[in-house]
Amino acid sequence: MDRAREARMGWALVAPALLWLTAFFVLPFAIMVGLSLSRFVGREVVPALSLDNYIRFFTEPSLFRGLVVSLEITAMVTVVSVVLAYPLAWIIAFQVPRNWQRLVLVLTILPFWTSYVVRSYAWLLVLGQGGVVNGALMGLGVIDAPLSLSATRFATVTGFVHFFVMLLTLTIYANLVQLSPNYARAAADLGAGRFATFRHVILPLTLPGVMTGAFLTFVLCMGDYITPQILGGGNELTLPQLIMMQLGRRGDFPMASAMAIILMAVVTLAYLACARFLRLERV
Amino acid sequence: MRVLGWFYLALAFGFIFLPVAVLVLFSFQDGRLPVPPFNGPSLRWYESVLGDRRLMEGLRHSLIVASLSAALALLLGFMAAQALARHRLPGTLLMRAALIAPLTVSYLIIALGLLSLFNRAGIGLSLWTAGVGHVVINLPLCFAILYASMGEQQRSAETAARDLGAGEVRVLALITAPMLAPSMLAAYFLAFTFSWDEFIIAYLLTRFDVTLPVEIWSLLRSGLTPRANAIGSVVFLVSVGVLVALQLLVFRKVRP
Repeated sequence: MDRAREARMGWALVAPALLWLTAFFVLPFAIMVGLSLSRFVGREVVPALSLDNYIRFFTEPSLFRGLVVSLEITAMVTVVSVVLAYPLAWIIAFQVPRNWQRLVLVLTILPFWTSYVVRSYAWLLVLGQGGVVNGALMGLGVIDAPLSLSATRFATVTGFVHFFVMLLTLTIYANLVQLSPNYARAAADLGAGRFATFRHVILPLTLPGVMTGAFLTFVLCMGDYITPQILGGGNELTLPQLIMMQLGRRGDFPMASAMAIILMAVVTLAYLACARFLRLERV
Repeated sequence: MRVLGWFYLALAFGFIFLPVAVLVLFSFQDGRLPVPPFNGPSLRWYESVLGDRRLMEGLRHSLIVASLSAALALLLGFMAAQALARHRLPGTLLMRAALIAPLTVSYLIIALGLLSLFNRAGIGLSLWTAGVGHVVINLPLCFAILYASMGEQQRSAETAARDLGAGEVRVLALITAPMLAPSMLAAYFLAFTFSWDEFIIAYLLTRFDVTLPVEIWSLLRSGLTPRANAIGSVVFLVSVGVLVALQLLVFRKVRP
């Protein structure tokens, strides 16, 4: 094939995908930016070029609080998930016999295949006033009256951690099995104990994988509406919940757009922070 | 140390399976509340759910939206992957980044943007608009999977077919696509399950006809009910069925 024909063919192949994403990803984003700079008067969107929505977000405590709550929950979820998933991945990679590992992994992520909405609801059943946990604790005589576990931040974090432990176990496991056992052997030969080997050899080598998983957790957790809406109980609202509220109650698209863009900016900042950290680690 | 390891594994599995076990167990509850004590077993909630017109409609809608949107995402992603892997085009790096970009954006933001677009363009919300959103989230996924699996092996087979006089479309349909069949199937099923289980885009972009997750959401608004357990267990069963089918169909063939 000659050059020109080949290039034409290439453009013809890639054009539909690019057009689709331009029309339904880039253009919507541009509209959202435009909306976020507009004013919302009465129930009408008035086109403008003002930063009012952004200023209002950062000055109105009830709105800004959503960002703080989201960041707090996400940070908690990310840390707890990594801390729980790492030993689990470790045990599956190094203690479970080789030919059982696949099965154990499949079982680990089996609950992925329940619907996301239903999984949060299932935690409501587990943690609720008359739920299994309260029933068990009362049955054992540990407590006299049911604890309010659902409709709290604890419930939201538990629901999230459940999901992300599965995800992170998978990514960390993939990292651990790729490590050559020679690293650990070399460290041992040089006189490192088990903990020193882990701390100075294994952990740094698996850090890029852990960071990737943690970043994924951060993105998905920050943007999720379902889990806090079902399990959080409405005492404190996350950023996605506040965005949905702007849409639902008042149809305030300008404010919702501004908040969505702030959400995106936070995720982008986290990405930049992670990327820099990763590069530093490789040096 | 090893005992501690097994103990941790057991504990972790307890945590991971607890909600699913409770969900499935109380779908057989013979009573109005899906909480202890357990009475039963009874199949009345399955009867109620399978006889519910709205839920079954939602199930049908979800199957349609998922199968069609995954097919379109696969087609567009495949063509784009082929273009960037095989044809030397200016700006390949930039295009690759652009094609993957939606993966890093929250579904909520994608949904909000599309909702604004459709409002402005005066397009009414329907299963179609939700399908458009699902293609946006799944196209990058299909592209990434297929792009990663295009190797030198296919290139030589394609060149051979071209030298023998096959046109570009025939090369794609008869050489490239079949050689990539395992990745294509994997990408399709992944896209299918993502669409099948997706809530927020479907919630914001549908109106009268809705998908199953949206239907389940409105069911949950009425509080705890074993009906939600029953439909949740049905969804779980379907998903695991798809997973097992995928294992048997795709991965058995790949391994020598």
